[in-house]
Amino acid sequence: MLNYTIRRLMFAIPTLFVISFIIFAILDLSPGDPTGNLPLTIPPDVREKIRESLGLGQPFPIRYLKWCQQFFVNEPLNLIENWTGWTIGDGERLRVTSWSTRSPVVDLIAERMPQTLWVVGMSYVVAILIAIPIGVISAYRQYSLFDQIGTFVSMVGFSVPTFFTGLILIVVFSVNLGWLPSVYDTTHKVTDWSSFWVQVRQMAMPTMVLALATTAQLSRFMRASMLDNLNQDYVRTARAKGLRERSVVLIHVLRNSMIPVVTVIALGVPAIFGGAIITEQIFKVNGLGALLIIGIQGADIPLVQTLTFLFAVLIVFFNLIADLLYGILDPRIRYD
Amino acid sequence: MPDGAEPILDVSDLKTIFRTRDGEVHAVNNVSFSVAPGELVGVVGESGSGKSVTMMSLMGLLPSPPAEIVGGDIRFDNEDVRKMNPTRLRALRGGDIGFIFQDPMTSLNPVFTVGYQLIEPLRIHLGLSKKQARIRAAELLALVGIPDASKRLSDYPHQFSGGMRQRVMIAIALACDPKVLIADEPTTALDVTIQAQILELIKGLRQKLGMAIIWITHDLGVVAEIADRVLVMYGGQVVEHALVKDLFARPQHPYTRALLETLPRVDGAREERLRSIEGQPPNLSAHPSSCPFAPRCGHVHDRCRSENPARRMVSAGHDVACFWSPPNAG
Repeated sequence: MLNYTIRRLMFAIPTLFVISFIIFAILDLSPGDPTGNLPLTIPPDVREKIRESLGLGQPFPIRYLKWCQQFFVNEPLNLIENWTGWTIGDGERLRVTSWSTRSPVVDLIAERMPQTLWVVGMSYVVAILIAIPIGVISAYRQYSLFDQIGTFVSMVGFSVPTFFTGLILIVVFSVNLGWLPSVYDTTHKVTDWSSFWVQVRQMAMPTMVLALATTAQLSRFMRASMLDNLNQDYVRTARAKGLRERSVVLIHVLRNSMIPVVTVIALGVPAIFGGAIITEQIFKVNGLGALLIIGIQGADIPLVQTLTFLFAVLIVFFNLIADLLYGILDPRIRYD
Repeated sequence: MPDGAEPILDVSDLKTIFRTRDGEVHAVNNVSFSVAPGELVGVVGESGSGKSVTMMSLMGLLPSPPAEIVGGDIRFDNEDVRKMNPTRLRALRGGDIGFIFQDPMTSLNPVFTVGYQLIEPLRIHLGLSKKQARIRAAELLALVGIPDASKRLSDYPHQFSGGMRQRVMIAIALACDPKVLIADEPTTALDVTIQAQILELIKGLRQKLGMAIIWITHDLGVVAEIADRVLVMYGGQVVEHALVKDLFARPQHPYTRALLETLPRVDGAREERLRSIEGQPPNLSAHPSSCPFAPRCGHVHDRCRSENPARRMVSAGHDVACFWSPPNAG
């Protein structure tokens, strides 16, 4: 298993370089001008100077290699300096810098990360906690009233987009009932119980909107997986051994059914970091999704390049995690 | 086997139906039989004749709905199984009655070790501690002929061959010293050499442990080799019941006779083609009002189509559900 992990990590390096190059090439080919949002009164030759100052005057391969150096060498060194307080070299090096804000991209991401992790991550946890019991019960009592309601709610969660459910929730809970705030206050700090309660209230709606969509998907997955296993011969064996029905379902069947579901859950984790672009917009959560949208609109190529590449890293990494979990949960799979 | 011994399992007039969306299926119709301690009863019949369903339903192993026992009496050790509460029923399953299933490749849970699956019934029914259960589990594996038993406890089912997995299944069934062992086509999925090994194993265990065995099979050769008595099932009912030597010497029911004729013979001239029984097993959508074998029977007459024959005695310990008597009867 360790050998396999190391081999996969080694393979990930060239993969990620290729991905970073493709992202860079696509962004370079895409139309969009970083000076496009500047006032029209700026004369063309000044605009050209601005572009050159951003490094756009250099040829494509040089720009790519410079980004690589900034991202793979300078940024990690900078992180190490911040954590340890050491100074490596003269401490002066060029970081990946946003064109529109002129601040280092990594700092921008670090600023936005907590909101996204709180809201989107919490919605994922809530979704898993709801979806697994629903899936288990729906499968065990197939075609019962519970299963029918679960199927209906899942269909709604699947088919109704978040910008619709989000607005419905705002109309009901913020406008009509006035229970929950419709805007997420990013600057809110949790210091005591009452401010924690404020945080919970402002998280409630975006979390629920996202959790509904994820629950719909995961519970269907769980149900299908349970149904696959409930009719297996080993379940009959477990019953013939005189086990309680609860042990049969929650030990023998669930353990087998979790194998594909855990994989799906692991593969979904990178999407948390990606943020929920639409939901973040609706509830004004200043997360990574919102950051990416701003970057795209302003043709802020370093920002978009770095964010997209980080998502790619997470996807590659969690693919590996999913494969390893598969190997741990299913003894028939061995990676040697 | 001794005559007049108190039966350990006594089933009379068992009726099980499946209520499906397309109507009812009468899978088990008035099946009666009994097994005494130490006896080995073979149950034969073609696919869909209700052999497995009978055994599964009397243990409550069929999913309900759709399956439902609508009539009959099941007594285990003079205790009414149908009136047992769920706790007692669970103690019966795996504790007093062991099961071996047909396909050893799928009957073990792939994600748990063999040891775990073997220890489970020991802990529930006998209340052993983990340590004691592990020792006993290793003994059981050794008993069924698995070498290096205590080491193999931590192996997973996929690390065993088919024959070895069936041995594990047998070990699980025997874990709590059951009084009755129900073996549902335990050798069907195995090749003949492994089949012979498993038969030898069961014969030996039966002598050693003295339990009653119900052996479901569609292989008459296996029955001839190991059974004391035989039940022949057709269309969800018992059509003939006899001591094994009586059944092979003087088969009464046309179906039994046809089954025996399908066996290729070693002596005599080789036939051009293997014999088979023409026609299909009956559709069981209603309670039988005629003999279920009538459409395929060579000795059919009008009464067979209007009345379902009851089991009648032909000699001591030999009964048949048929109006017709073969010419050599006696």
